[in-house]
Amino acid sequence: MQVELRGITKCFGALRANDNISFTVPPSTIEGILGENGAGKSTLMKILSGFYSPDSGDILLDGEKVKIDTPADAILQGIGMLHQDPLDFPPLKVIDDFILGEKGGLLPNRKRASKEFKELSARFDFSIDPESYVDTLTVGERQQLEILRLLWLGARVLILDEPTTGISLPQKEKLFATLKKLAAEGMTILFVSHKLEDVEALCSRATVLRQGKLIGTMELPFATKALVEMMFGKEMPQESKTQLKMGMNVLNAKHIDLDGVRIQIKGVDLQVHAGEVIGLAGMEGSGQTLFLSACAGLSQPVGGSFCLDEEEKDMTGQTYHEFRKKGVAYLPAARLEQALIPGLSLTEHFILSEGMRGFFIDRKKAEDLAKSRIALYNIKGRPDSTVESLSGGNQQRALLALMRDPLKLILVEHPTRGLDVESTIYIWGKLKERCANGTAIVFISSDLDEILKYSDRVLVFFAGRVTPPLNASSLNVERLGRLIGGKDWDMLETEAAHA
Amino acid sequence: MRDTRTNRILFQIGAILFALIVTTLVLSLAGAQPFAAYKYIMLGAVGSWDVVSNVLVSWVPLLLATSGLLVTFTVGLWNIGIEGQITLGAIFTTWAMRLLQDSGWNPSLILVIAVLAGMLGGTLWALLAGALKTFGGVNEIFGGLGLNFVATALNIWLIFGPWKRPGVASMSGTLPFDRSLWMPIAAGSSRLTPATLVIAIVGIIAVYATIEGTYFGLKLKAVGRNPKSAYILGIPTWQHMMASFAICGVFAGLAGAVQVTAVYHRLIPSISSGYGYLGLMVAMLVGYKASLAAPVALFFAALNVGSIQLPIILKLDSSLAGVLQGTLVLFVILGQGVRTKLLKKTKVSS
Repeated sequence: MQVELRGITKCFGALRANDNISFTVPPSTIEGILGENGAGKSTLMKILSGFYSPDSGDILLDGEKVKIDTPADAILQGIGMLHQDPLDFPPLKVIDDFILGEKGGLLPNRKRASKEFKELSARFDFSIDPESYVDTLTVGERQQLEILRLLWLGARVLILDEPTTGISLPQKEKLFATLKKLAAEGMTILFVSHKLEDVEALCSRATVLRQGKLIGTMELPFATKALVEMMFGKEMPQESKTQLKMGMNVLNAKHIDLDGVRIQIKGVDLQVHAGEVIGLAGMEGSGQTLFLSACAGLSQPVGGSFCLDEEEKDMTGQTYHEFRKKGVAYLPAARLEQALIPGLSLTEHFILSEGMRGFFIDRKKAEDLAKSRIALYNIKGRPDSTVESLSGGNQQRALLALMRDPLKLILVEHPTRGLDVESTIYIWGKLKERCANGTAIVFISSDLDEILKYSDRVLVFFAGRVTPPLNASSLNVERLGRLIGGKDWDMLETEAAHA
Repeated sequence: MRDTRTNRILFQIGAILFALIVTTLVLSLAGAQPFAAYKYIMLGAVGSWDVVSNVLVSWVPLLLATSGLLVTFTVGLWNIGIEGQITLGAIFTTWAMRLLQDSGWNPSLILVIAVLAGMLGGTLWALLAGALKTFGGVNEIFGGLGLNFVATALNIWLIFGPWKRPGVASMSGTLPFDRSLWMPIAAGSSRLTPATLVIAIVGIIAVYATIEGTYFGLKLKAVGRNPKSAYILGIPTWQHMMASFAICGVFAGLAGAVQVTAVYHRLIPSISSGYGYLGLMVAMLVGYKASLAAPVALFFAALNVGSIQLPIILKLDSSLAGVLQGTLVLFVILGQGVRTKLLKKTKVSS
């Protein structure tokens, strides 16, 4: 089936997630949809599959305009979406999960469904027992189940959102073989990914989105350099950084192994020195957050050890509150969900973070504290403003203002995500001030310019693999982009072997 | 629609009107004269010093339960197990009194020990629900509900087993304690005990001061509104939840102790009298604000006592008070929901 999008626009508040996007995918095509986090890939796919309605624009299937308001409409029109986290029912039996979406009478015809399930399975060489429970399946098998289910419901367009995350290599090969077979049978496949190698191995065309806009479409053979440039933008001239002299050890992560929900990390070594800034780069979900939160005791490693200070105090297995006492601060990206308390005022936040003594709250003292911090951090808000009434930039300033003094190590997720230029510069100014006083900073960012501009050293994460610390001066947007997309890793190992 | 004080109050008044309309409808369907019923409820609650003192007698355990629940609601917990905590408070109080009634000690001392024992009983039962939640991953609503049934069973077993009246066990409870072991009754009243009134008033003031004025109270609020952020800000979360369970248990135990020492003077099968559930309704109705708890609890107590007259005069069931209380809570919460929706709509379209 031919899929055509015409002028699709979708806004969330002030954010234009999709900005006038038009393109056509011919039948029997596997189209790669590329772009960094927040480029608008998922929004576009959710519009196509009926989860969102576009603000404007049309969807045409085989040249005919269709109206898709719900996921049920989408599947009726033949569009099925396989979500990154499979939308299935773990407590159900496979066969019950399989027949759930079917429009049917009062009593489901299990026998017929079971027969058809087995036939479909056999066609693609899948081996799932229809009587087993969904929660006993691996992520790969759950994907297979979803694919079978969507095909059974009559899907002729299949959308896959980051399907290769969390599945094993043989499962990935089987998935790719299945998709190629389906495409040969006339199916149109939209393959959303940030992994260049997957797109190169599978897709016949690639379309790149950036900041909600369509940047371009490329046919085979793909030029990796051009794709990276399309995804991340042109090289920005870097200002030269003053080479920092190595301060004392603040954090020593020795051979850290971590087990996440969908990702495992093995053997990360990192020594963080006083006054240093370390950037963690990689697509979201590549393991950066897992590692950063483990550095603060918010998640526990399954192997290796964390030591703080030059005295090498072993902190492995300690809670965040123990790390906090030793001068470690953690700033989550989800400000209102994980860092601030909606409903409480700025003053109340300052009272809580200061850990004041006494029984009754000294309102006068608290308000003075709030006033001075608000002035110092240039927060646009009053002491009695609730945090949710502040803008994103001011919430982030408030988070910085809540950090105690002195700190040895600040761990930040996406310090400037969603902020305007002025706030970005301000936030980094404040963070750099801390560095000048000997505080080390480790931060996650999906903005490559931010990583290159502010880091002294960089760790790149890709599907649970982690590079050794790379000097930021040896990197540029292209090299970093290739590493983030899973390219050049062998070269890195050879380099390391030579070094 | 704008978020103003005026329309908030208008919505509250609207809720009360709707509750009255629904109750009136129910009364009409039952073939009763609604306005006569309201009149007799009012007379039954404020018509004489005796009924007023009865209202206060009912107010004390209700206010105690509400006070405790305000603390658990502040930290974001639904302590539905409060009924069982009241029952355990009553059981511990009875146990202490049974042990000491023949000791010849000063009756005041025995009463103090019995009340303290009641507080201990309520606290232990509440901590059990808290431990189930914190260490066992059992939602406090399910844990509390289960513990309520266990508490009731334990109570019945004691009344019909080890603590049964001499001769034959009875639904009317254990043998009443000697008059010397009753909470002292105010002059000119048949049931009102000033000591318990003082306890309840001091209790609600203490809860108000703790939640609004202390660091501990602020930390409870923080944990209740967003435990993740509170943890990042350095607040130990589960410890605060356990502490709030314990505090609520103290209040529930007190309510149970009051029921035994000042109201029934013995242990009866329905010793909690549903004050725990009624306390949940009061707490929801006041939007978890301690400042409004005392008057609203008084109003609920008045409805309860006022409707006692209905069966006698109008041949209506006294559960009418429950209908009115229930619809009132429903409409107030419904009003808040509708208001929030309207506010959101305005925000989007503006």
